[in-house]
Amino acid sequence: MAANTISALLDHAFPGGEIGVEDRTGGGDHFQVTVTSETFNGLSLIEQHKLVNAALAVPLADGTIHELRIRTKGTA
Amino acid sequence: MSTLHEQIKEVIETEPVAVFIKGTPEAPACGNSMRAMQALWQAGAPIVAIDVLPDPRIRQELTALSDWPTIPQVFVKGELIGGADIIEELQASGELRTKIDEALGEHTQSVRTVELTLE
Repeated sequence: MAANTISALLDHAFPGGEIGVEDRTGGGDHFQVTVTSETFNGLSLIEQHKLVNAALAVPLADGTIHELRIRTKGTA
Repeated sequence: MSTLHEQIKEVIETEPVAVFIKGTPEAPACGNSMRAMQALWQAGAPIVAIDVLPDPRIRQELTALSDWPTIPQVFVKGELIGGADIIEELQASGELRTKIDEALGEHTQSVRTVELTLE
């Protein structure tokens, strides 16, 4: 299921991070992801979101994710 | 006739606020494009909107330039500010208006579109 793939990819990219994946519309391709990780500490919002986009590059490219909403937080 | 890559680069570098969206300002074709347009409008920005739907190469060239995989993409004075989430977050905190006011100085709220010439 897409949500599991997404959270596995995020777990891998942000070890020890708090990961939330929500299927926003129930259609299996509009997701809200929330990532809290120390990796983000000191990074600008855009750099944080770029890391999340990079972690999800495959599902973003192959259309598994049609719409992605991202919320990131550092731990500092 | 300049290539798509050159046209996109030129729009990004010459337009104070450029937003690449799916669809048009009057009829955005996706929720995130609409969210970015609304946030920019609320921030009083002079918006220049470019539709990426007419040709998939537009999005490919844009992503090659910006290293950002999704649409919309908002640029202020040539700098990628973000997608819909960041733009909305900045607008909610008032930072978007400050960032635009500081970057542009005197400006008026407006919306127009730029069409890329596809060879």
